[in-house]
Amino acid sequence: MTSILQHPRQLCALGGQQSVAAIERAIPILHAGPGCGFKLHTGLGSYNGFQGGGYSGGAAIVSTNTGEKEVVFGGEGRLRSVIDNALKIMNGDLFVVLSGCTSELVGDDTEHIVSEYRQRGVPIVYAATAGFRGNSAVGHEIVANAIIDQLLEPKEVIPGLVNVWSSVPYQDTFWAGNLASVRELLSGLGLKPNILFGPNSGGLEAWKQIPAAQFNLVLSSWAGVSIARNLNKRFGTPWLHYPTLPIGGIETTRFLREVQEYANTDTTVATRFIQEQERNFHYFFERAADFFLEFRWDMPGHFVTIADSFYGIGVSRMLTNEFGLLPLHQFVTDDPPEEFRSSITEGYAGIAPGISSNVTFSADSEEVNEVLRKVATAPPIVLGSIWDRDIAQEIGGCHLSIAAPMTDRLVMSCSYLGYNGGLRLIEDLYSSILTFVQ
Amino acid sequence: MATETLSEYKTVARREPGVAIRERRLGSITGFVGTPDELVQISRSGRLQERERSFTQAGTCSSFCATLQLSLIQDAVVINHAPAGCAGDFPMFNLYNRYGQGKRSLSRASARLITTNLSEHDTIFGATEKVLEAIHKAYRTYHPRAIFVTASCTSGIIGEDLESVIERAEEELGIPIASVNCEGFRSQVWATGWDAAYNAILQKIVRPAKTKRPEAINIITFIGEDHFSELLRPLGLIPNLIVPFTTVGQLEKLSEAGATTQMCSTLGTYFAAGLEKEYGVPEIKSPPPYGLASTDRWLRELASVTGKTEIVEQFISAERNAVKLELEKLQERFAGVKAFVAAGPSHGHSSMEVLQDLGIELVGSCMFHHDAKLDHGDSVGDTLRAATTRSGKMPYSVCNKQAFELVNLLRRIKPDLVIIRHPSLAVSVAKLGIPACFIDDEHLALGYRGLVRYGNKISDWLRNPAIERTLLRNSPLPYTDWWLNQQPFSMLGGEA
Repeated sequence: MTSILQHPRQLCALGGQQSVAAIERAIPILHAGPGCGFKLHTGLGSYNGFQGGGYSGGAAIVSTNTGEKEVVFGGEGRLRSVIDNALKIMNGDLFVVLSGCTSELVGDDTEHIVSEYRQRGVPIVYAATAGFRGNSAVGHEIVANAIIDQLLEPKEVIPGLVNVWSSVPYQDTFWAGNLASVRELLSGLGLKPNILFGPNSGGLEAWKQIPAAQFNLVLSSWAGVSIARNLNKRFGTPWLHYPTLPIGGIETTRFLREVQEYANTDTTVATRFIQEQERNFHYFFERAADFFLEFRWDMPGHFVTIADSFYGIGVSRMLTNEFGLLPLHQFVTDDPPEEFRSSITEGYAGIAPGISSNVTFSADSEEVNEVLRKVATAPPIVLGSIWDRDIAQEIGGCHLSIAAPMTDRLVMSCSYLGYNGGLRLIEDLYSSILTFVQ
Repeated sequence: MATETLSEYKTVARREPGVAIRERRLGSITGFVGTPDELVQISRSGRLQERERSFTQAGTCSSFCATLQLSLIQDAVVINHAPAGCAGDFPMFNLYNRYGQGKRSLSRASARLITTNLSEHDTIFGATEKVLEAIHKAYRTYHPRAIFVTASCTSGIIGEDLESVIERAEEELGIPIASVNCEGFRSQVWATGWDAAYNAILQKIVRPAKTKRPEAINIITFIGEDHFSELLRPLGLIPNLIVPFTTVGQLEKLSEAGATTQMCSTLGTYFAAGLEKEYGVPEIKSPPPYGLASTDRWLRELASVTGKTEIVEQFISAERNAVKLELEKLQERFAGVKAFVAAGPSHGHSSMEVLQDLGIELVGSCMFHHDAKLDHGDSVGDTLRAATTRSGKMPYSVCNKQAFELVNLLRRIKPDLVIIRHPSLAVSVAKLGIPACFIDDEHLALGYRGLVRYGNKISDWLRNPAIERTLLRNSPLPYTDWWLNQQPFSMLGGEA
């Protein structure tokens, strides 16, 4: 039994529609109720940084809008009609049919119907994403695995090519900016990143290159692990799992070193790249240090993260190890599968020598608020979602939205990943505090 | 409820939970192509039939509409009995809540929303215990005055018996708890969700009047600014905007009001008719006060119901005079401008009236559904007829937010501007390079002064459609050339 949530921060598996919309020229086709596409677009796309619908999301999302007739008599005929016409009307390279609760509960054989189209040469796959199967991150994995299983063929390995499985599109409000940062970082090591989602990621052709990768990089606490395992099984591709958001000087360098070692790229190239990036990072750090030091007396010194496990640990490490803040209590909101929980807890326990943080696995506002009322002795920095503004205010803290849902920020290409991502988070955080105190 | 016992309120709860869907109750449809004259005539003859599309894009559902109204009641809680994805609209209602609280000088707080987060296990073994647990959670977190439990496709299909759980919880907690039958699959007319929400309020919240407040006028609406005061206060009447931003205590007393009216006849048709039928609060049946003619007519009916006939004519002529010059300037400014309206009825009809009064030519329109009649059944309330006395022969369609159809149609009609309602659709219009005027405050155009407010807003937007130009140049629509060369309604089939 999943838990009841006051103010949910993750939606459902059908949220995988957003991962489809994030693939260039890919078209989501929902076999789902009339409101599903719009609600998920609302929660993951528009009212989460106002990311919008883009090319094939929002009002463009194809949907069977299953009604009473389909519930009573089955919706397979309706699905066939909608797919037939979608292939004529929608201008796309890849079609992903996603089933919602209704069609799965009434037992439509969507998989079979979609396979008939595929056998006729249509680039179309089926993803079983009924909402009750799990959250948006699970839906993201189901979509990726569906494309991998149903469309990809083995390829000769291209040295240096690396598939990136990181920020979940749209659920992570900063996904597009983050993925651009990953591209820049990996390119700096001399690798050829295959980013797969977002602008200039190559669409279907890039996905077809997946089996040619030298390795898969799962840059995420757990979302994407099932994809890498699947690719390992199907194509024998090895994979590197780096579970912490690389943000700021220390964490990004640690990440680059590990990738360089794993991928066995040129050490000299890597060292030169890292040194250049660090010089830039510390140029700004040094100048802002006047501010950090001279305002520290009246600035909040403790922080709380209410975010997914990927962000939570990365942000906590940067704020603690580079910016001298202290972790108060951290909340993990992405409901990680059991097998990943102990390593996540350990990650928080070892933020810095002698500094650890208690962690609660919960996306429920009631639980978050209760804990914060107990632990917040001095006003902290609260890094969470729009749902956390009230409790931040109640305990006198300063709030910055870094997680979904986010209706107090407009997010375009902002990245919280890498050296510049670290600077950006610090800029946003202290700008918010400076606005708050004036 | 504070001073009354549960049993006392139970004796007045006369309604059954649940409401019949609009397709059955009002003969509502989502597919039509023709003219306003034709649609009015077929609707009145009782021969209106639904036409289904063989291709569709994501619509909206009843759950969205029901929750929008209920989640903005300031001291209630909404529990969505559904998988977590159905809570995708929570952040929108939360923004409406915080934004609206700010505009009304209320202290800002998050909307009170909970999901039972149904899992696969729950779909097999049932989850009514989770509803009970969620009710307890709602109670201990917020101490609400009422709780609404909204159903979902999943809870409906697996056959959750919400009523027995609710009855247990009511006994225990002593507050009204209502189920809302807004399962998405039940109706293709998402406005059915309003009815489900209002039914729950009529069933569990509204009480018989102990005193009467004839000067109070219930106005069923969304979240707009209170421009109704401009029309009501000079007549000695007080607007009681419902349901958003009210309290349960205010809703209990809706029966005390002198009349009920609405900003959109399709929004509150069920509610207004229920208040009249069960509590004798007369419904103002004339189309809502948008545009000169409808505002005159609405004011006269309101005055007649509330005994203000003697002062209303003077008010009408004074208001008309007050805006006369500015209106003439706007009409001059808009001479030759052609507009298309894509919106829900009947607010879309109101927009059509406003545009025509501003001197803008209507060249077509598509409404998200059509009700063959309203709950009160009186043709005096026919908003389509009222809006198109001057434009009964223009192209008119009913289309439940199908962007592919709208885009195809607009490429042919080529209007100078499109008035658009409902989030997510404006960008499809703007990608054609056509100014897309999305006005979320449904009261902006209200009454006489609203014509000027609305006209000025549109005038500004028409002066600089840079966003639309940028999109046209750089961001293609996701439709094939094949489709754009088909007839716009070629996916609209025969009668269902």
